[in-house]
Amino acid sequence: MHELENFKDHHREATTIKGRLLVTMLLVLVMLGILLSRYYNLQVVNHENYATQSDNNRILVQTIHPKRGLIFDTNGELLADNRPSYVLSLTPENIPDLSQTINILKNFVDISEDDVSRFYKTLKSGRRPYQSVPLHHRLTETEIARIAVNEYRLPGVDVEAQLVRSYPFPFLFAHTVGYVGKINDKEWNRFNEEEQARYKGLPTIGKIGLEKFYEDQLFGTTGFQHVEINARMRVLRTLERQPPIPGTDLHLHVDKRLQETAFQAMEGRRGAIVAIDIKTGGILAMLSTPTYDSNLFVTGISHKNYNALTESVDIPLFDRVIQGTYPPASTIKPVFGLVGLDSRTITTSHRIFDPGYYKLENDDRLYRDWKRTGHGWVNVHKAIVQSSDTFFYDMAFRTGIDTLHRYGTMFGLGSRTDIDLPNERRGLWPSREWKKQTKGIPWFPGDTINVGIGQGDAAATPLQMAVMTSTLANRGVRMKPRLVKAMNNVAIAQEVVSTMEGVSDQHWDAIHEAMYDVVHASNGTARRISRNLSYKIAGKTGTAQVVGIKQGEEYDAEALKERHRDHALFVGFAPYENPEIAVAIIVENGGSGSSAAAPVARKLFDAHLLGEYLLDEEERVTATNGVQP
Amino acid sequence: MSSVRQQDFLRRMPEASNDLRQRRSFWHAIHIDPWLLLLLIILTVSGMWVLYSASEGSLRMVQRQATFFGLAYIAMFAVAQVRLSLVARWAPVFYIGGVCLLIAVLFFGVGAKGAQRWLSLGGFRFQPSEIMKLAMPIAIAAYLASKTLPPKFKHVFWSLVLIAIPTVLIIRQPDLGTSILVAASGIIVLFYSGLSWRYIVTAFTLLGASIWPMWEYVLRDYQRQRVLTLFNPESDPQGAGWNIIQSKTAIGSGGMSGKGWLEGTQSHLNFLPESHTDFIIAVLAEELGFIGVLLLLALYLLIVARGFIIAANAQDSFRRLLAGSITLTFFIYVFVNVGMVGGLLPVVGVPLPLVSLGGTSLVTLMLGFGLLMAISTEQRLVVNK
Repeated sequence: MHELENFKDHHREATTIKGRLLVTMLLVLVMLGILLSRYYNLQVVNHENYATQSDNNRILVQTIHPKRGLIFDTNGELLADNRPSYVLSLTPENIPDLSQTINILKNFVDISEDDVSRFYKTLKSGRRPYQSVPLHHRLTETEIARIAVNEYRLPGVDVEAQLVRSYPFPFLFAHTVGYVGKINDKEWNRFNEEEQARYKGLPTIGKIGLEKFYEDQLFGTTGFQHVEINARMRVLRTLERQPPIPGTDLHLHVDKRLQETAFQAMEGRRGAIVAIDIKTGGILAMLSTPTYDSNLFVTGISHKNYNALTESVDIPLFDRVIQGTYPPASTIKPVFGLVGLDSRTITTSHRIFDPGYYKLENDDRLYRDWKRTGHGWVNVHKAIVQSSDTFFYDMAFRTGIDTLHRYGTMFGLGSRTDIDLPNERRGLWPSREWKKQTKGIPWFPGDTINVGIGQGDAAATPLQMAVMTSTLANRGVRMKPRLVKAMNNVAIAQEVVSTMEGVSDQHWDAIHEAMYDVVHASNGTARRISRNLSYKIAGKTGTAQVVGIKQGEEYDAEALKERHRDHALFVGFAPYENPEIAVAIIVENGGSGSSAAAPVARKLFDAHLLGEYLLDEEERVTATNGVQP
Repeated sequence: MSSVRQQDFLRRMPEASNDLRQRRSFWHAIHIDPWLLLLLIILTVSGMWVLYSASEGSLRMVQRQATFFGLAYIAMFAVAQVRLSLVARWAPVFYIGGVCLLIAVLFFGVGAKGAQRWLSLGGFRFQPSEIMKLAMPIAIAAYLASKTLPPKFKHVFWSLVLIAIPTVLIIRQPDLGTSILVAASGIIVLFYSGLSWRYIVTAFTLLGASIWPMWEYVLRDYQRQRVLTLFNPESDPQGAGWNIIQSKTAIGSGGMSGKGWLEGTQSHLNFLPESHTDFIIAVLAEELGFIGVLLLLALYLLIVARGFIIAANAQDSFRRLLAGSITLTFFIYVFVNVGMVGGLLPVVGVPLPLVSLGGTSLVTLMLGFGLLMAISTEQRLVVNK
C-alpha cells in the first residue's frame, strides 16, 4: 500500500511541470512587458522632461562678477582698491564632523563666534550640494600656511581667493568714499529680480558714500558663463561665456593731501570741514570727525566693533558734512548784508547805533548783542567785520522774513545741494509757510530777528554753508557741488544751479571787502589768522549757541559741560582777488569761531594755495585719531 | 533503487540514428548547451562594453570583470560535467552546510553599515547567502522530487520549513533583498511541482494581509525609508531619493536612441550613483536609449526561454524543477534590478545579472547555468523523438 502510494507517475508529473513552466513563461512575458512600458514611458513619453532635468543637473549658469570700479583722488591717488583676500570656506558634504572640524580650525585661525553663527546661517539658507560656505575672511599668510600644513586632517576645507574692496585711507574717507558691506536681508528683499540675479553670490554692495551713490557705475555689468559640472560641483568645462564689463573708475575732485590736512588741522576735535572749488563746484576736501575705519565693514563688522561705533557719544558713523544741521550763526551775515543792500533796505553808508542790545517798539524783550557794551555806530561793513548782532537784528526786522527767505534760497539754504552722495539733509530755512505748516502758529516779528543772526529755526549743513560761501565769492553763480570729476576719464559736466543777475557789483564788492577785513583789518574777528599771510583771505566767523543735548542725561557733568559749549564756525574763500577755494568749518563745542575754526581754514588755504600740506610722515594716516573700537 | 533501474533501461536503448548522434556528440561530450552558451557570451561581452563606459573608461575594472567571467565560465564548465543524480544525492549536504555558514555569519560575520553578510576565511571573503541561492532550489527540488507530485500537504509544509530557515537567517543579517530572492528560489520549486492553485491563492491572500504587520514589526527603518522613497522620491531629493531621481533622469534623458556610448552625462559626471554596479542599466539606457534596453531585455528573454526549454525537455522531475527554478530566479533578478532602477520597485541592492560589476554573485549565476547545461546535455531517455 505504502509502496503504491509513492509510485511516481513520471508522465503525469512531466505534464504538470511543463504546464507550470508555460504559466511562468507567460508571466515572464507579462513582466517584461511591464518593464518595457515603464522604460518606454521614461525614455520616449517623458523624454523631454528628463532631458531638461539632466541638463539642469550638469549645466550651471554662473554669474561672473565684474571687477568693481576704482576710486582715485584728483592726483590719481587710489582711494578704493580691490585686493585679493583669502577666504576660509568649508564644503560640508566632504566633512565627516563639521563642529569638530571648526574646533580644529580654531587652533590655527582666529575664528570668532560671529563667524561661526554666520556660517551656520548661510549653510541653512539653502545652496546646492557641494557648494562651499565661507567661514572666515581675510586669512593672514601665517593662517594660510597653518591650514596648508594640516590639510591632510581637514577634508572639505579650502582656502579661496577673492577680490575684496580695500580702502588705503579708511579713516580719511570713511564718510565720503564710504564703504561696501554685506548685503543684508532687508536689502536683498528690496531687490527686483534683475538685481537679485546681479548680486547673487556676491557678498557686498555699496552701503554709504560714493560707494552707494555710484553703485550702478562702480558695479559694471555682470557676465555669465554656462559651465558643465559634475555631481560634486566641480567645474569640468565652460560651454558658453559672456564676459563681464568692469565697473567705471571714478576720479574725484578731492585732493587726498588736502583731506589729510583737514584731518590734521582738526586735531581730534569733532566737527566738519568742506573745501569747495569755487569755479567748478568740485569738492576738494570733505571731512566729518570723528571718523572710523571703513575697512571694518567690508567683510562684515563684528558686533563688538559695531556696537562701539553706534554707542559712541561722538557718533562717528554720522556724516556731519551732509547730515549734521547747525545754526549758521554769524557766518550768514555777509549774505544778509548783501540782501540788505540789494533789497535797498540799507545802503553802504546806512548806520545805526548799537548799544549792546536791540529792542522792538511795544515789546519789552531785549535782543542782546554778543558784545555787552555794543559796537557803537555801525554800518554794514563794520557790522560784518566785527559781527554786530544789533545791526542785523534791525536789518532783518526791516527787511522781513519773506525777502530774507527768498534771497537765502538763492544761496542754496533750505534745499539739498544735490551733491553726489546719498542721504543728504536739506537743513531748514524758515518761512511763514513753513512755520504755519509745521508749528501751526503764525510768524512773529521776533522770529525774524533771530533768523537775522543765523539762529532761531535756521539750520544748515556744513556743505550748504560752503556752497553759500562759494556762491558769495562767485558773485551769485551757484555751482552744483560734485565729488566726481570724471568717470573712466570722461569729465563730468559742471552744473550751474542758479545765478543772481542784477545784483550790483558794488554790492558784491562791499560784502567781499567786509569779509576781507574780517581777516585783514585790525578789528576783524579773524585777524589772528592773517599773521604771515602771503595771499588774501575773505571770511566770516560764527559762534553757534548749543541749545540742548539730546542724550545729555546719560553723561557725567564734565562731559555735559563740554557739550554745552558753543560750536565754532568759519566760512571763507581765497585768494581774495581771484577766489579759487571756499571753505566751511565747524568745530563742535569748539568755543568761538575766531579761535577754533578760523585757524583750521588758514591751514586749508595754505595747503591748497601754497602746497603746505599737513601730512602724517608715518603714512599711517589717521589710525591714531579715529574712533578705535 | 529507481535510479539504478533507469540507468539499466538507458543502456538498453537502441541508437536510432547515427547521424543525429554524431552531430550532438561534440556538445554532449563537453556537456555544453551551445544556444545557452552563445546567448551568455553575447550578454557578458556586451555587458562589459557598458561597464567600460560606466567605469569612466577604466580598463582595469573591465579586466577585473573579465577575470571574474573567466573564473565563472570555468566554474560553469566544471559544474556542467557533474551528474545530476549526484547533485540530488548531495542536496542535504549543500543545504545543511549552507545553513551552518549562515549561522556562522551571525556570529563571526563581517560587513559594513550595520549589516553582517560576509565570512572572512584567510583573507578570502564570501557571502554564504550566495551559496544558499543554489543550495535552496537544489534542496527543495530534491526533496519534492523524491515524493510524488503534486506534493502532499505535509511535504509542502516541510518544504516551507526548509525555505524558512535560511530565509530568516538572511533577514537577520539583515539583507532583505537576498532573503526574498532565496525564499523565492525555493517557492518557485514548490510552484513548479504542481502546488495546488488553492494553496497559491491562499498564500497570496495571507501575504497581502501580512503587509501591515511586516511593515510595522519586521522592516527596519532604512528599509521602510527605501519603500517610502520609492513612492515619493522628491520628498528627499538630496538624501534617499537621490538615487531614484538620478537614475530616472539618466534613463529618461537617453530617449529612443540614447546619447551615444561613453556620452552619458548623468553617469560620467557622477550624478548617477552605483553606476557600474546596481544601476548599470541606467547607464545603458542613457547612452543606448530605449533601443538598447529593448535589445538587452530581448537577450534576457532568449536566455530565459532557453532555460525553460531545457527544463521542459529535462529527464525527470528533479531536473525539471531545478532547471525551472534556476531560470525563473535568474529572470526575477533581472526584473527586480531593472524595475528598481526604473523606479518601479524599491532600491533593494540586486545587481543586474551578468552585467553589473560583481564577483560572487556572478560565479553563483554561472554555476546555476552550469547546472542548466548539465541538465541539457545529460544522456536522455529518448535521444531522438
